[in-house]
Amino acid sequence: MELCPSVKNVLLLDSEGNRVAAKYYCDDWPTNSAKEAFEKAVFTKTQKTNARTEAEIAMIENNVVVYKFVQSLHFFVTGGEDENELILATVLQGFCDAVGLLLRGHVDRREALENLDLILMCLDEIVDGGIILETDPNVIAGKVASQSVDAGGPLSEQTISQALATAREHLTRSLLN
Amino acid sequence: MAQPFVKKDDDRDEEAEYSPFFGIEKGAVLQEARVFHDPQLDPRRCSQVITKLLYLLNQGETFTKVEATEVFFAVTKLFQSRDIGLRRMVYLMIKEISPSSDEVIMVTSSLMKDMTSRTDVYRANAIRVLCQITDGTLLAQIERYLKQAIVDKNPVVASAALVSGIHILQTNPEIVKRWSNEVQEAVQSRAALVQFHALALLHQIRQNDRLAVSKLVTSLTRGTVRSPLAQCLLVRYASQVIRESANNFQTGERPFYDYLESCLRHKAEMVILEAARAITELSGVTNRELTPAITVLQLFLSSSKPVLRFAAVRTLNKVAMTHPMAVTNCNIDMESLISDQNRSIATLAITTLLKTGNESSVDRLMKQITNFMSDIADEFKIVVVEAIRSLCMKFPLKYRSLMNFLSNILREEGGFEYKKAIVDSIVILIRDIQEAKEIGLLHLCEFIEDCEFTYLSTQILHFLGIEGPKTSDPSKFIRYIYNRVHLENATVRACAVSTLAKFGAMVDSLKPRVLVLLRRCLFDSDDEVRDRATLYLNTLGGDGPVVETDNDVKGFLFGSLDVPLVNLETSLRNYEPSDQPFDIDSVPKEIKAQPLAEKKAPGKKPIGLGAPPTAPSAAVDPYDRLLSSIPEFASYGELFKSSAPVELTEAETEYAVNVVKHIFDHYVVFQYNCTNTIPEQLLENVTVVVDASEAEEFSEVASKPLKSLPYDSPGQTFVAFEKPDGVPAVGKFSNVLKFIVKEVDPASGEAEEDGVEDEYQLEDLEVVAADYMQKVGVSNFRNAWEGMDPECEQVDEYGLGPRESLAEAVNAVIGLLGMQPCEGTEAVPSNSRSHTCLLSGVFIGNVKVLVRLSFGISGHNEVAMKLAVRSEDENVSKTIHEIVASG
Repeated sequence: MELCPSVKNVLLLDSEGNRVAAKYYCDDWPTNSAKEAFEKAVFTKTQKTNARTEAEIAMIENNVVVYKFVQSLHFFVTGGEDENELILATVLQGFCDAVGLLLRGHVDRREALENLDLILMCLDEIVDGGIILETDPNVIAGKVASQSVDAGGPLSEQTISQALATAREHLTRSLLN
Repeated sequence: MAQPFVKKDDDRDEEAEYSPFFGIEKGAVLQEARVFHDPQLDPRRCSQVITKLLYLLNQGETFTKVEATEVFFAVTKLFQSRDIGLRRMVYLMIKEISPSSDEVIMVTSSLMKDMTSRTDVYRANAIRVLCQITDGTLLAQIERYLKQAIVDKNPVVASAALVSGIHILQTNPEIVKRWSNEVQEAVQSRAALVQFHALALLHQIRQNDRLAVSKLVTSLTRGTVRSPLAQCLLVRYASQVIRESANNFQTGERPFYDYLESCLRHKAEMVILEAARAITELSGVTNRELTPAITVLQLFLSSSKPVLRFAAVRTLNKVAMTHPMAVTNCNIDMESLISDQNRSIATLAITTLLKTGNESSVDRLMKQITNFMSDIADEFKIVVVEAIRSLCMKFPLKYRSLMNFLSNILREEGGFEYKKAIVDSIVILIRDIQEAKEIGLLHLCEFIEDCEFTYLSTQILHFLGIEGPKTSDPSKFIRYIYNRVHLENATVRACAVSTLAKFGAMVDSLKPRVLVLLRRCLFDSDDEVRDRATLYLNTLGGDGPVVETDNDVKGFLFGSLDVPLVNLETSLRNYEPSDQPFDIDSVPKEIKAQPLAEKKAPGKKPIGLGAPPTAPSAAVDPYDRLLSSIPEFASYGELFKSSAPVELTEAETEYAVNVVKHIFDHYVVFQYNCTNTIPEQLLENVTVVVDASEAEEFSEVASKPLKSLPYDSPGQTFVAFEKPDGVPAVGKFSNVLKFIVKEVDPASGEAEEDGVEDEYQLEDLEVVAADYMQKVGVSNFRNAWEGMDPECEQVDEYGLGPRESLAEAVNAVIGLLGMQPCEGTEAVPSNSRSHTCLLSGVFIGNVKVLVRLSFGISGHNEVAMKLAVRSEDENVSKTIHEIVASG
């Protein structure tokens, strides 16, 4: 068994099964057509289930797939056959809720595509090369959303609180050194 | 939170299908990317273009090398901008493009600057980007920063460095190993995920040092690991340590069991599940150890979360395979899961119940399942049918209700795979449970009355032909079969005719009536059906008086074709109409080496209709039949073992030759499988001249040449050697292929009259000790081992020198001895420093041999091995040691 929990892919599909965003972390699906075939299989197998209040789960092509539907978007996280289902579910929950926060509650295809940059950054903050990076939706959304201007820039461009934080950091650094 | 979200122009009135990327085109976007070169950068516009590029990549579009390079260079310009959002997109883009090493240099300095930036977001992301695209040489330069980052106060930065470390470890372990101290410090971090990442990296750094891993686990299991994810890792590491220490034959209390048990009370469900699963997977787990794990899993069964229920029922299902009694306590909760919304959970619950159920609960269970079957997908139904099949084998007395169930679901709607699973199950029940035979056959008869699958109809008809005549009242099947002749397509009709003929041949009282039916088939619209009817009428003697069917006819009807169909097909194609009738004896009986090798490959045993009605034959069988059909070798006695084919030529040479070594008590026969790959040649009188001067104990006694070897039609020639009785003589043989070659005119396919003698050097062949060993497994090695006299045990230790890995050493020894690994011990867990492998086999002279191998590997990959042999014959034990000593 793989000792470190790992994620094989994270998918975001619309209500017709089209890919909104997808990230694969392993070589099980080497070509785009293989990926699309997997997404289609996953979508059709889960389509009729009710995965709205609680995350659902299925075995697909010897993989554990946990999934959740929020409004008109379908969220999926895939792991290996022996993976701890609850770890995958935690990743899924982090993904769903972070996207919900970033899209400010309008979880649909159009909103997601219009804010695709946020979604892609969100994926980037959740898993790195198959290793779980962060699962807390607030932290994930916070990291994606902290888009203000470079804190190293002139002070005038910073908000007061940021300036304070920077100052505090400066102070602690100088104390530590 | 609202402030930072940059919303793009949205116009909600447009139709739902609207997409900001509608009509997007790669070429146009690449043009747009020119804005990256503008002296006055517009961050928002640049972000949008990058998003478009990423969208294209995400949808599966690919960039050519040139396009990727262009985009990459343009993107590097964007480091000038101070906009964080844009910088993040630049990071993403660089990762997606994965630039080549000479391009990486372009961004290295920018990324290194970001790595040391005071902005946490920059540091974390720059580390991840740089580590992903960089190679070993650059790593040395940035190592200092990475070490700092690992102990950075900001958890995001620390995690970024640690995760990057895990990735780099795969390619540059020597660098990452130097970070041990920092990583160790990070394990103590207060941030949950930093602890998780640090623990994962620390373990991977130390994974080859068993003692260090054991120490790590010992110290951390005592301390407090806050992060649930890190706790899950620790559970996995602990069970790995348990597995490895079990191999050292340690006795007494299992180490770390208390820790695993305490994790069952952890507040995070993922840790509870991880621990429960670890306990159920302990090797040789006792019921007492299992109980607490089963109890928490039982609680999960009634959780409101489907994922939790699934995880629990899946684990219990696995436990039920080995410890059915331990799971019975959960049966009530399990039964309520049959109606679970999630059909995967319901199916797992059912199959678990079928495994744990006792005889008295079968009927009640079947009733519940009947309701359940109607609303699940075929794939789940197949799983259930298979579980019911094994249940029936367990409680043969219950065949009536189970058979009823199967016949009921057989009548309902379903796809081919599902129906086939049911039919296969019924066939197996019929075959194995005598009482179920008639009722089962009648169910099948009813099924074919209304079966839409030609394949299943023909298979069932064939099966009926074999089993039907043996029942007490064969006449009742005739109606069903004859109905097929009226109502079905030609394939099924032809098959029904054959089945009728079989009844006629086997049941004399039915013969006259069967003949009447067969005569009616002579007017069928399909010629295959008419041909078959005519053939059977003649063989059954329809024209003459009714006589008892002789054995030849029965042999013809029932005997299996002892030539491979492929060869028969080739021969029939080559046969040209002439005065000479086609002679089936001229068809080569040996199969091409390829399909045979496939057949011998470990795979699912054929079950159901696909399998022959007799017991499955051993792999050696086709050889046995082949050899005993050759008069020269018929007197050699029982075939002890046939080796796998050994290639004696390179691939794609003019003549492809491989050899199979057949071992008899007193003889060795080499079977050379030859294939002629030159269409313009016909080989005749093919022999192999064997020089056995390096095999002193062997003397050639016979040789059987191959008369003719046409293009692409494999043939065999044999050479037999005599050797001392029952002695595992070894030796080396050199081979030369001799033949007469005749030119073939490719246009007409005619061979010329005169041929030229020629020869072709083949590679040498060795007979080794492993050839005298049959791979015969034992089901319970421990019992078998203890059943042997400990007096006959021979133990010795060997140094195997430096090896690539432990697994390689283990496989080498298994290959050398040619024995069957037992209980999956041939698999060496990665990273383990020691391993025990259990082997069993039968040595020539039918002497049972058991071997216990204990391996250990040192830091310099020096492998040492302890070999303990028990066998019924002390000399054989000695021989095993000699094999290893000389190998």
